[in-house]
Amino acid sequence: MFRSLLFIPGNNPSMIQNADVYLSDGIIFDLEDSVDINEKDNARNLVRNYLSEGHTNPSLVVLRINPIDTPFFENDIELIVTKKINYILLPKTSMDALNILNDYLTQLEQKYDLEKTKVIALVESAQSIIQINKIAKNARVEAILLGAEDLCNDLEIDRTNKGTEILFARSKVVYACASNNIISIDTPNVYIENEEFLRTDCLNAKNIGMKAKSAIHPNQLESINKIFSPTQKEIDWAKRVLEAVETNPGKGAFSLGGKMIDKPIVLKATKIIDKAKKYNLL
Amino acid sequence: MINAVNRFIPDNLKPFKASDDYKNFSRRLIDKKQKQSKTVFLNSIEEAFDLFEIQSNQCLSFHHHLRNGDYVIQNVCEVIQNRKLINMHLAPSSIFPSYTNLVDLIKNHNVTNVHTNYVNGEVAKIISQGHLKGKLIMNTHGGRARAIESGDLKIDVAFLACPVVDKNGNGTGSFGKSACGTLGYAISDLHYARKVILVSDTIVDQLDDFQIDGNYVDAIVQLNSIGDSKGIVSGTTQLTKDPIGLKIAKDCANLLDELGVIKQEFSMQTGAGKTSLAVVKYVMEIMKKNSVVGSFASGGITKSYVDMLNEGLFKALYDVQCFDLEAIKSYHKNINHKAMTASEYGNPFENNPISNQLSFVVLGATEIDLDFNVNVTTDSLGSLIGGSGGHADIAYGAGVTIIISPLIKARLPLIKDRVMTVTTPGTDIDILVTERGIAINPRRPDLIEKLKNSRFPRFSINDLYKLSHTITGVPRRIEKTDEIVGFVEYRDGTFIDCIYKSKF
Repeated sequence: MFRSLLFIPGNNPSMIQNADVYLSDGIIFDLEDSVDINEKDNARNLVRNYLSEGHTNPSLVVLRINPIDTPFFENDIELIVTKKINYILLPKTSMDALNILNDYLTQLEQKYDLEKTKVIALVESAQSIIQINKIAKNARVEAILLGAEDLCNDLEIDRTNKGTEILFARSKVVYACASNNIISIDTPNVYIENEEFLRTDCLNAKNIGMKAKSAIHPNQLESINKIFSPTQKEIDWAKRVLEAVETNPGKGAFSLGGKMIDKPIVLKATKIIDKAKKYNLL
Repeated sequence: MINAVNRFIPDNLKPFKASDDYKNFSRRLIDKKQKQSKTVFLNSIEEAFDLFEIQSNQCLSFHHHLRNGDYVIQNVCEVIQNRKLINMHLAPSSIFPSYTNLVDLIKNHNVTNVHTNYVNGEVAKIISQGHLKGKLIMNTHGGRARAIESGDLKIDVAFLACPVVDKNGNGTGSFGKSACGTLGYAISDLHYARKVILVSDTIVDQLDDFQIDGNYVDAIVQLNSIGDSKGIVSGTTQLTKDPIGLKIAKDCANLLDELGVIKQEFSMQTGAGKTSLAVVKYVMEIMKKNSVVGSFASGGITKSYVDMLNEGLFKALYDVQCFDLEAIKSYHKNINHKAMTASEYGNPFENNPISNQLSFVVLGATEIDLDFNVNVTTDSLGSLIGGSGGHADIAYGAGVTIIISPLIKARLPLIKDRVMTVTTPGTDIDILVTERGIAINPRRPDLIEKLKNSRFPRFSINDLYKLSHTITGVPRRIEKTDEIVGFVEYRDGTFIDCIYKSKF
């Protein structure tokens, strides 16, 4: 469970040094797009050293590797031997790419006696959106991140703050994730100095069912966390529901404040309280 | 001998004992100057040197209200050089990077002793390299006022830049083409220098409202320009965008809220850096949320505080120095934006100085050590990069003194076992706020008790020190040289540390 994931370029030591200080629930150490081709080895070495030797690693670590058709992919993926990586973020995910990744991961896991590595699928092409239900069903995939910038390039359309151009893709991610009980993660907002744009973007995503959002600047995290956390009103409501469950043992359905409470409502209340606990909101 | 912060001080100097040791002594005051003749108007600095027979071995003083745009000290330095005066003692309240004419004067021994509160730029560099033949004395803003009024710092001639003067010799900084706002650092010089010369580029018939009283002024020199307005208002008005700085600022404001010090009638002061401005913003939000109205904010005043005054969040501002244009405008038009002198601000012997009335202060640090001693005078290699300014004055006086800083600065840990130079004694520092948590000085059990249920990560300063080393490794110890180039003078006139020639 997480609300926010922050991208940090793998070749930026000052940001890496503070990775555990930022407000995000997890950090995505990026070896791909934010790292110049001449810096790929440096970035990988820096992230490996940080994860291997650091005493201040963030609580949730994601590694964005380079795509499977690049010469960097194999070396990138070996960083799982640090045993500090919670998820591999696979760029330009397709079923073929997932299968290749799976083979490599399986070999490494057997060779180094590692636990099964979880994957976040980065869907950023029309093809990946079409394949999204299969991607979501893949045994390694535990979350899907929408990459709207590359997707819009693929579609030859412009990104807008309203986000209507990605409504279909967002919805596909949300439904694929919800139906497979995995986490949907929204695309980052690139307007890093416009808080209102970010807020609107977060609300657009949250209101259709996205469970988390990625960030490309630490100053975006406070807004993201706030919007993707349960509100105090929701928490208060969930507490009342769960209290009412305790005072109505054995009843499948009962009334609270004139509204019927049944299993789906109790489940919703439980999820809210779980999130509130996780994010220290109680 | 070794003083109370465990630093060597030569036997001929008074060692620092304790920050409240001044209470064991009474205030010493020399007579204020008695002007013997009418104020005269001159056309050049040279004429002033002739009229007052300024010679080698004399002490000339200046204020720094024109900051990095000051032409006055530059012009005076030129005359010293042209007249080949030697062994001059200069006492500017601060030295900015633009004071480049001082460099050759120091190297050529025209100037051999310097008294100041802050030094940066090339002058700092060459003094650190050992070019000053005599000694540098770094004192505090309040300590400078004390030194002047007591006669410890004897000024022969004060050259005081003054944006507007009138024909009676009165002066103000609140308007004019070189407006700089208040002239708080100049007042001790005005009252106690043997001769006082105002240097101005704007002369009017009569000022109704003035801060410089013409009764103390011997001469006025009119120049075409006394400063570069861009350099004068060089203070930043931008909040930090650095996420670590913002986190520290927000945590600091929330900590102050938890301590219960942001309450009706409270008072505060912060530095004027970008992170401090962010602290002010977050404190302002807390004040608005809780409908708190403070009594005053003080210090070098910035736009942020002006906005709070205008919004009714503070009843008054006490301003010793305006940092930006908005502060200058506000001082000119708002009666509740009041000037204070350096003495009223932080002189320990002043009757209830503003520094002693502060509920809390938020300050920076170049280094802090395991005894909470703070260095803002030299860098970690021992080279001069600043000075106390008002740091030690308000750290002593405030109810709660907070240091804000990233735990790691430019890949170096903030916390040292011993700071390179002690500027402010650790006995006056209460809480260190970093991005990874806070450390409360064990001398403040009351604050520890108040924060015992806080969600802030709390560490001992030793644990924060160790934590920083797990990230950076243990830095190589920098050994000082044996050659003393100056001294850090505490506000009461005792000596808290020596400044050594830099190896770098």
